[in-house]
Amino acid sequence: MENRTGHIFLSTWPLIALSLMLALWQTPARAADAPDQVIKPDLKREPVKPARIDSENFEIGAYIGLLSIEDFGTNSVTGGRLAYHFSEDFFVEASYAQSKAGETSFERLSGNISLLTDTERELSYYNLSFGFNVLPGEAFVGSGLAFHTALYVIGGTGSTEFAGDDRHTLNLGFGYRFIFNDWLAGYLDIRDHIFEIDLLGENKSSHNLEVSTGVTVFF
Amino acid sequence: MPALLLIISLLLCISAAKAEEYREVQVAEPFIELHTGPGRGYPVFHVIDRNEWIHIIKRRTDWFKIIAANGTTGWTHQQQLELTLDPEGEKTRFAQVTQAQFAQRNAEVGIMGGDMSGAQTVTMYAAYNFTANISAELSFMQAIGSFSNNLITNINLLHQAFPEWRYSPFFALGMGNIKTTPRATLVQAEDRSDLLAHVGIGTYAYVSRRFALRAEYNRYVVFSSDDDNEDIKEWKIGLVTFF
Repeated sequence: MENRTGHIFLSTWPLIALSLMLALWQTPARAADAPDQVIKPDLKREPVKPARIDSENFEIGAYIGLLSIEDFGTNSVTGGRLAYHFSEDFFVEASYAQSKAGETSFERLSGNISLLTDTERELSYYNLSFGFNVLPGEAFVGSGLAFHTALYVIGGTGSTEFAGDDRHTLNLGFGYRFIFNDWLAGYLDIRDHIFEIDLLGENKSSHNLEVSTGVTVFF
Repeated sequence: MPALLLIISLLLCISAAKAEEYREVQVAEPFIELHTGPGRGYPVFHVIDRNEWIHIIKRRTDWFKIIAANGTTGWTHQQQLELTLDPEGEKTRFAQVTQAQFAQRNAEVGIMGGDMSGAQTVTMYAAYNFTANISAELSFMQAIGSFSNNLITNINLLHQAFPEWRYSPFFALGMGNIKTTPRATLVQAEDRSDLLAHVGIGTYAYVSRRFALRAEYNRYVVFSSDDDNEDIKEWKIGLVTFF
């Protein structure tokens, strides 16, 4: 009996030893592995950099028109403008233009008397103005096309160089902006440039009306 | 004129060459409205439903041109776009310029109009801010009077004691040059160039976004070639934009 028990023990003992060894070998290993069981990919999350939104609040362009210089006839004028729209309603504008005065009726009638030299007849102005889009709207061409438009009023201050002097100039006017597509606009502008002039004896304010048309590019 | 045309053609090239990569956002509210144009008066012609993805093409003032998944394009206001989610699921936010940025500005440019002892003035200036309190600026002022035209070039040093205030007062010290051209109709017509210095006080008033107003009062001393120094008072007010 004793022999038989010993036999069973002897025959099973390697199994027991093996399972014990396995248990001892696995337990600490499993304990050490436990935190690593949560999936922890070794990847840094790249912050998504959103694409830049192209913002187009500036307008640059050129214009051509007619400037009626008081007492000196109507002449062509060419200029450039830069505008910044700081809301859907308001914008500021800087412009520069050149023209050349004709002759006064006095000069024409009197023969060869000339009030101004050729360089003094050259007129140039710059101005800084503040505009307000009073009537924004849409214009429909046929049944399938619609264009954005705006009627704006504008006024500002600046300087005009004419008849040998710089003259402080106020400008007031209105215009119609016609937006062809996302980046191109055309406009028609009517502006009064008011400055003081004492060329013909007495000091007076002269009103110089300008009608111009131009194109601008938004950027 | 040729220079202007060149600028325009360059701009055209730039806009043509720009890579088309748009920001994508997802509508999170029941719907957002599309207007036909960038303004509150343009009619709403389309709505985009919740969970739809849209691309933002461009921005004009507070309006954004977007393209929907079905190809419809239209304009929507910033307030509506802020109700969308970005690809990470976060609320869409647009960089907003606030008064805090105005107090921390690095540079500013401005245009001003005013009066200098009866002569109307137009001023343009650019300033660099060393700290929130101290800035240096270069200004050009044209003053057109009844007897002469003046071009004044100045270098100023400004100190703002409370840059974080909405109405931030400043104190200025400067010096420069005044070039005087008598009127062509005057008999005595001799150009003059003199040194001048000034002290001034003024204030900024932050308006919104990238804009502030600035008003100031200056007293100039012209170190003229005559026996007496000239004393000139000047005030001006204008619009400032900053970076």
